[in-house]
Amino acid sequence: MTLFIEQCLNGLQFGLLLFLLAAGLTLVFGIMDLVNLAHGSLYMIGAYFAATFAAWTGSFVLGAVLALAATLLVGMAVEVIVMRRLYGRDHIDHVLATFGLILFFDEAVRLIWGPAGLSLSLPPWLSQPVQILPGMNYSAYRLAVIVVTLAVAGFLYVLVMRTRIGMLIRAGASNREMVGALGVNIKLLYTLVFGLGAALAGLAGLMQAPILTVQIGMGENILILAFVITVIGGIGSIRGALVAALLVGFIDTLGRAFFPDILRMLLSKEAAATAAPALSSMLIYLLMAVVLVVKPEGLFSAGNK
Amino acid sequence: MRKALLAASAAVLLAAGPAVAQQKTIKIGFVSTFSGPTAGIGNDMRNSFELALDHMGRKMGGIPVEVIYEDDGLKPDVGKQKTEKLIESDKVDFISGYIWSNVMLASLKPIVDSKTFLVIANAGPSQIAGELCSSTVFSTSWNNDQTPQAMGLYMNQKGVKSVFLIGPNYAAGKDMLAGVASTFKGKVIGQELTTWPSQLDFSAELAKAKASGAEAVFVFYPGAAGVQFLNQYAAAGLKGTIPLFTAFTIDELSLPLQKENAIGVTGAQEWVNDLPNEANKKFVADYRKKYTGLRPTFYGAQSYDAAQLINSAVVATKGDLSDKTKLQKAMEKADFKSVRGGFKFGNNHVPIQNFYLQDVVKDADGQLSLKTVATIVKDNQDQHHDKCPMK
Repeated sequence: MTLFIEQCLNGLQFGLLLFLLAAGLTLVFGIMDLVNLAHGSLYMIGAYFAATFAAWTGSFVLGAVLALAATLLVGMAVEVIVMRRLYGRDHIDHVLATFGLILFFDEAVRLIWGPAGLSLSLPPWLSQPVQILPGMNYSAYRLAVIVVTLAVAGFLYVLVMRTRIGMLIRAGASNREMVGALGVNIKLLYTLVFGLGAALAGLAGLMQAPILTVQIGMGENILILAFVITVIGGIGSIRGALVAALLVGFIDTLGRAFFPDILRMLLSKEAAATAAPALSSMLIYLLMAVVLVVKPEGLFSAGNK
Repeated sequence: MRKALLAASAAVLLAAGPAVAQQKTIKIGFVSTFSGPTAGIGNDMRNSFELALDHMGRKMGGIPVEVIYEDDGLKPDVGKQKTEKLIESDKVDFISGYIWSNVMLASLKPIVDSKTFLVIANAGPSQIAGELCSSTVFSTSWNNDQTPQAMGLYMNQKGVKSVFLIGPNYAAGKDMLAGVASTFKGKVIGQELTTWPSQLDFSAELAKAKASGAEAVFVFYPGAAGVQFLNQYAAAGLKGTIPLFTAFTIDELSLPLQKENAIGVTGAQEWVNDLPNEANKKFVADYRKKYTGLRPTFYGAQSYDAAQLINSAVVATKGDLSDKTKLQKAMEKADFKSVRGGFKFGNNHVPIQNFYLQDVVKDADGQLSLKTVATIVKDNQDQHHDKCPMK
């Protein structure tokens, strides 16, 4: 039983982390109608900034806060310099331009930080296990990630549902032209939304950095998952992104945890051991295929797209 | 005019004549990983190979040496391309390096087909020790399962009754887990293979190991993955409760990042920095002098030996690399002072060697370092050598 609870916590942690990435992606896609392949690069930049600032300041938390601010600025700069020229153009132009941005960021990181990658160490109070139930220890850091992401999800909810900016964001997701026609400064809104998306991606990157390694191309793998979540959840819907991210997180982790055992009952031990990691990483895509067949617009569609 | 041209051609041919018989340079291709999170390993191998060349005066048998380093980016297809480039366009005399078993297996065919001499400095896929062995393929490392086999023997000595195995899902990972299972007398309660090299979050596997009730965990994660594994092992609260046994998971590159999480975690290895022989003392001291702040790893030691092996064969054949049989015989003699003490090849060109138990301790400078604790097994030969048709 504790195994199941622990795996659920792992799934929750991974799912919430994916939510941060997917929320930014779905906002940008939904509101600005922009396919941003370089979202993973912002995730990578966040991790690199965090590793650098943490080393400079000697404090993990301070490094994380600085990295968050820096990623926000980089995101807004990218919007002003590059993305503005792409609005209203064909999606294939977005794909080409943002793919170019991926190459640009990868090469820039290689020039600045070198090809070897960095590591971000945790302070002792986060690297200890904590007891959450009698006889059950869990990593303090993963617990902290869950708490922080839940807080951010709450903040996003309030921002989107209870504030004026949020109202504009929702309106923009439903009908962009109308929002512009009503005299809203759509340029500023776009820069803000893009910066917010970048900051969320950066936060995901810097929180993942101590668990994984900070390396070039770290954003590309996880970006695919973020796109899957956007598709499952419905484009432009933050609620959809949250539900889909949790689904994907749970399926990925629980699949990795329990699928090999199920497979072992059906196949020989050898075959199961080799096939299980491959098959369990396919489960997410199966889910996406099913959602696309049953509800092509995603679980929670944001509007008239 | 025509006469002059003919005369000039003749003169050129005459001048070129002796050069055909005598090599102008010894060209060596070296394939390793120089980018991404495991670039440290490639750099260490290159540093050690360069140090060996320095020790030889950058000449082998009086002939200058040229080394071309290529980055495989940890990808089998890239490794194969780079290998083909070295053989076809650079026309190298020797090829060396290779960290990863899957990259090695993908690159093997063009090397064997072109009869280029290969000295593998790390990867040890079981196939190359067995049915895919070849007259021009040599290894200065080991076969994959030898090191974990030694670890299995050590766990028997420690009286471990049950173990949970975790490793990456690629050629070497499978060899490693099979190796430990073949000598361990207790029960293998569970086994997990993870997606390689993308998966670096081991939470699901660690939770299963914890729940399995196994007395011990054996793990194989080379490079950066080993850092993440050990740190997550500690963060999950397993360190101190379930003893961890390793192969190729703690080395001088990962140790500064694993820090105290590595203390008390033992591993098996064929080379440790404190092996008491003159060649090794010189290698370690000069390495630390030349590359300030860095320490050589077993990857480097194997690369250093690879350069020495090539040198010994070039010297023995007096720089005449045209007779492949003669060169092969000279390589098989392995007439050089290895940093692990003695060095001899089995019939399959994989070394027959000792395996030591290494532990993490604080050294005289207060830094964490690896130390030889005991010899687990002497003159060990891999279990695949009888499948190799070479006798």
